[in-house]
Amino acid sequence: MGPGQTKRTGMQTVVFTNPPVINAMASIVGPKEGQGPLGKTFDKVIDDNLYGEKSWEKAERKLLKEAVEMAIKKANLTAKDMDYLLAGDLLNQLISANFAARDLGIPLIGLYGACSTMFEGMALGAMLVDGGYANHVAFGASSHHDTAERQYRFPTELGVQRPLSAQWTVTGAGAAVLGNTGAGPVVTHATIGKVIDLGIKDAGDMGSAMAPAAADTICQHFKDTGRTPEDYDLIITGDLASIGKALTQQLVSQNGYDISKIYTDCGILIFDPAQDTHAGGSGCACSATVFSSYIMDEIKAGKFKRVLALGTGALLSPTSILQGESIPCIAHGAVIEAR
Amino acid sequence: MSLFLVSHYYGEVSLVSEEQGYKEKAYQKLVTQTKPKPPIVRNVVAAFTVGGIICTIGQAILNIYLGFGLTIAGAATATSATLVFVAAILTGLGVYDEIGRFGGAGSIVPITGFANSMVAPAMEFKREGLVLGVGAKLFSIAGPVLVWGITTAWIIGLLAYFIM
Repeated sequence: MGPGQTKRTGMQTVVFTNPPVINAMASIVGPKEGQGPLGKTFDKVIDDNLYGEKSWEKAERKLLKEAVEMAIKKANLTAKDMDYLLAGDLLNQLISANFAARDLGIPLIGLYGACSTMFEGMALGAMLVDGGYANHVAFGASSHHDTAERQYRFPTELGVQRPLSAQWTVTGAGAAVLGNTGAGPVVTHATIGKVIDLGIKDAGDMGSAMAPAAADTICQHFKDTGRTPEDYDLIITGDLASIGKALTQQLVSQNGYDISKIYTDCGILIFDPAQDTHAGGSGCACSATVFSSYIMDEIKAGKFKRVLALGTGALLSPTSILQGESIPCIAHGAVIEAR
Repeated sequence: MSLFLVSHYYGEVSLVSEEQGYKEKAYQKLVTQTKPKPPIVRNVVAAFTVGGIICTIGQAILNIYLGFGLTIAGAATATSATLVFVAAILTGLGVYDEIGRFGGAGSIVPITGFANSMVAPAMEFKREGLVLGVGAKLFSIAGPVLVWGITTAWIIGLLAYFIM
């Protein structure tokens, strides 16, 4: 790399001079997701949320482990070819990622970005590959409706009424392999988000909490790269769902960018309104599985040539909510181009 | 000037916090306008109906026990026990949370809701063992009801004793 070349553009965006290739992506989901509009696009749909295990936590780590193994196999590689595994989930102490990594035997970098983890992994993985620190990187994220409900909200059999703004944590796992060789869509840019908090305290309305972070990263990405919505075929966020998506669109337009024609959200795509999930899907697996299946299929089919994909995360804990704190959020973006 | 650009001016701290306060208020107003309003009428009617049905069933059970010759106090206790039992079974079968989804407060407020609030954590935490799982978490939802209900009753009783 010569003295004039730089890998950074603007305040928060990096450019990959040798764009890493997405060698393969894989997705496994639970029965509810399998019954949704994208059911046929996922690699595997399991029959029940326990997946033959004694606890939901055991099931979740099994999903993550299998998703990573599936992605590695689809890339015609082995676990030994992976220089790093970047993985995360929603659970305390990242037990899904840590216990899955124990069985996979790949050097682990554990990540917590809440529901933005998949794209945090994609951004960091691309930096490792483009920077010459890895030949191949595996990254993935998982979530599980029941493990999330236990930790963040109420026992699953409790008769509570969820608000209309509530989202349904996706049960599943998505994983991918990035490499410095091969054919396939590439990652050209990554924009790491800042933590944004506009004072939303309602843990039953994550979409409203996360929208400012998504809007901030989207606008910062445009400023950093000098691009506009016209440069993209698709802008997709991880799990803002119906309320968050509407708010993000408004916030972004207040900054002079109109993304309405090309903008959608994984939380809206993954469930049908008839499934009564209220605002839509959420969880690390929401963006991880939808992007790994439906979006990647469409990119490879030539429908989307350049995509700005963002993972969005709400960085609260049950303790912070009880202490009356508002919900700080983050959004990480990556640009994926068809090749 | 875009409000987001201002937040990148690290030097002007006071400007950021004033702007931040303004941003937060403006955004929260936008959220209130954008969020769907909860269907209050539908929720109230559903709660009324479900709660009413549960209490009507309770009354019917009470009448049956009175018909068996139990005293009022005995029949009331037996009715409570029966309702708790039924709610526990329905929770175990995964039915009670469906009732709650529709009925809201109508299924939470009666004694059946209390039973549900104990059986649900018992089921949830059995994987963490009987002592520190089930034993410790059994009252995780119902605990506040007991603590504050008993405390309030005690305070009212004390007041009643001194006033009367």
